[in-house]
Amino acid sequence: MSTHPPADTTVPGAIMGDPGPTGRFGEFGGRFVPESLVPACLELEEAFRRAWSDPSFRGELDALLRSYGGRPTPVTECTRLSRELGVRLLLKREDLAHTGSHKINNVVGQGLLARRMGKHRLIAETGAGQHGVATATAAALFGMECVVYMGEVDTHRQELNVFRMELLGAEVRPVASGSRTLKDAVNEALRDWVASVEDTHYCLGSVMGPHPYPWMVREFQRVVGDEAREQCRVILDGGDPDVVVACAGGGSNAAGTFAGFADATSSTLVAVEAAGGAALTVGSPGVLHGMRSALMQDESGQILEARSISAGLDYPGIGPEHAHLAAIGRARYESAGDEEVVDAFRRLARTEGIIPALESAHALAWVLRVAGSPELPTGSTVLVTLSGRGDKDVAQVRDLLRAGASGTGG
Amino acid sequence: MTVGDAVGTDRLEDTLRRHRDQGRKLLIPYVTGGLDPEWLVTVEGLAGAGADAIEIGIPFSDPMIDGPTIQEASQRALDRGATPEGILADLGHLRIGVPLVAMTYYNLIAHAGHQRMAGMLAAAGVSGAIIPDLPLEEVGPWADAADAAGIATVLLVAPSTPPHRIGAIVARSRGFVYGVGRMGVTGEQAVLADSAREVAARVTAVTDLPVCIGIGVSTPDQAVAVCDVADGVVVGSALVRRLLDGEGPLGAVRFASSLRQALDAAGRTSR
Repeated sequence: MSTHPPADTTVPGAIMGDPGPTGRFGEFGGRFVPESLVPACLELEEAFRRAWSDPSFRGELDALLRSYGGRPTPVTECTRLSRELGVRLLLKREDLAHTGSHKINNVVGQGLLARRMGKHRLIAETGAGQHGVATATAAALFGMECVVYMGEVDTHRQELNVFRMELLGAEVRPVASGSRTLKDAVNEALRDWVASVEDTHYCLGSVMGPHPYPWMVREFQRVVGDEAREQCRVILDGGDPDVVVACAGGGSNAAGTFAGFADATSSTLVAVEAAGGAALTVGSPGVLHGMRSALMQDESGQILEARSISAGLDYPGIGPEHAHLAAIGRARYESAGDEEVVDAFRRLARTEGIIPALESAHALAWVLRVAGSPELPTGSTVLVTLSGRGDKDVAQVRDLLRAGASGTGG
Repeated sequence: MTVGDAVGTDRLEDTLRRHRDQGRKLLIPYVTGGLDPEWLVTVEGLAGAGADAIEIGIPFSDPMIDGPTIQEASQRALDRGATPEGILADLGHLRIGVPLVAMTYYNLIAHAGHQRMAGMLAAAGVSGAIIPDLPLEEVGPWADAADAAGIATVLLVAPSTPPHRIGAIVARSRGFVYGVGRMGVTGEQAVLADSAREVAARVTAVTDLPVCIGIGVSTPDQAVAVCDVADGVVVGSALVRRLLDGEGPLGAVRFASSLRQALDAAGRTSR
C-alpha cells in the first residue's frame, strides 16, 4: 500500500478533518462496497489526496468556480423577514451559483479530478435533478460523456430538469426498481460503475457513499461555509452567526456549510431533514450505499422508502459525517414537514423576492417555526444556506396549492 | 449425493476440497430464499442434482451488486414477507447433506448483530456466508464472529483486484474463494467474459483453497470453459430466471443437472 501525503486541510483534532485511510467519522463512514469497486475507491482517494494538496489543482478549481460557477455567492440580509421574525436572518445564496444550486461546486471539482484521472465518462445519480443538471453541465464543460440515473418517480416530478440534462448532452436513465427515487438511482449508478469503472468516474452528488466520497464532497463544498463565515464576519463586525442552518438529504450543502463553522466558530449548527426522510431524527445506524451511517430501516434491516415533497431530500440515509456530528453533539438534526415547507417557500418569495428550492425551504421552515422560541431567541442572528433556487419546483407547488384550494373549496 | 460430510467450522471447505480432490468440478447453484412457495423443494432438488454446495440468497431491499434477475427475485421474496429469520428457520428443517452458504448484504447482518447472525446461521445448519458489500478492509469484526460460530466467510476476488490484494483476500477467505467472473453485476451473459478465466488463473495460482467463479456464468458450456481453470462455478441468475419464468423446482433441477453433466463430462477428459 502506498502512504498518502496528508491533505493540507488536515488539522490534528479537527472536528471536520481528514477521516484517514479508513474513511471513518467516529464509528461512521467506511467503504462497504463490492471488491470490484474497492480498487477504484482506493485510486480515487489517492487521486483526491494528491489533487487537494496540489496548489495547481486548487488554483484551477478556484478560477473555474469564479469565472464559470459564479463564486463567491453573496450573503443576503433578509430585512423584511428579519423584522417579521424578530431574528436577524442572513442567507448564503447558493441559488445564485451556476445551475442554480451548490451542486456546481462539487461537480466542477470532481470533473477536474476525473480529467486528471484520465476518465472520459461521468455517471451520476440525481433526486430533484439539481445534481444531475450540475453533472451534465460539468460533462459539457469538460467534454465528457454523461449518464444520469434518476428514479422514475422523480423524472415525473422534475420533468424540466430531465429536459435540461438532455439539452446539456446527458442521457437520463429512469430507474424503475425499488421505490423509484433517489436511493434506487444510487443503486443503479453503482451498478453502472461496477461495469464501467475503467473509463468512468462516478460523480456522486452528496457527502455519502464509500470513502473517499463523504470527505471529498464535503471538501469540494467547504467553499460554501468558508465564504459564508468570512462574509458574516464582515456583516456582523467580526462576529459569527448564533445559529447556522442548512437542509440535509444526503447532506452536502449542510456539510459544506458546517465545515466553515464547526472548527472555526462556536455557532450552533442545525441541519433540517425532510420529515419523511429523517435518517437522523428517526433512523438507526446501518450500512447502505457503501457507508455506515444513520438509515431509515425496518426491524430486519431492510431499507425504508423515504417520502417527501422534495425529491432532493427523498433519501432514507444521510452522510456519515452528519451521523458523527450528531453523535458528538456538534450539530443538531431537526426535521420539517411538507406543509410548513410550502409555507416557507411562499413566505420567502413574498417577503424577500427569492424563490427557494423546496429542499432549501426545509431549513427556512425550521427557522420560521422556532424564531422567538428558546431555540432561536428574539434578537439572535441566524445564517441559512439557501442551497438552491426554486424555479424547478414552481410547477409542483402550483399544482399542490391548486389541489389544496380545490380540496378546501369542494 | 455425498455422505459423511464434516460438520462445524470447516464443513464447507472440507466438502469442497474433498470433491475437488476426487477430480470433480464444483457446482454451487444459487436460489433466492423465500422466492416462491416451493423454494425449499428447489433447494432439495438441487442437492439431488449434484450440487456441491448451495448458495441461499437472503433478500435485501437494495441489492447493489445484483442485476435485474436477482433484483426481481429479491423483491418478490420480500413482497412474500421473506425475512432472514424466516428463511433460516425454514432451512433449519432441511436434511440434504449438502453445505449451505448464505449470500446477503451487510446491513442485514449489522442490524441483527454479528454474533447473533452468526449463531442464527449456525443454528440453521448454514456453513458459510458471502457478503459482497463487505470487502477485506471491513470484514474483520464479522469474520471473527463467524469463525467463532463455525461459519466460513467466503471473500471475493474481482477482475480489478490487484495482485497484492489477492494474497490478503485469499488468506482471510474461508470455505472457498469466490472469483468474480466479470466487471459488472450478476446476470446472464451470452458470452463468457475473458476475465472469468483470468481471475480463476490468478487466484488458483496463489491458493490451495477451492476457487469458484460466479457472476456471468450462465450456461453449461460457459461452466465447462471456466472450469478449465477454476475448481467450480456459482450459477445464480440463469437458474433464478427459470424460477421467475415459472419453470418451478423441476425446471431449476433440470438446469442444474445439465450443468452437472457437462462438468462431469469435461472433468473426465481434463486433469
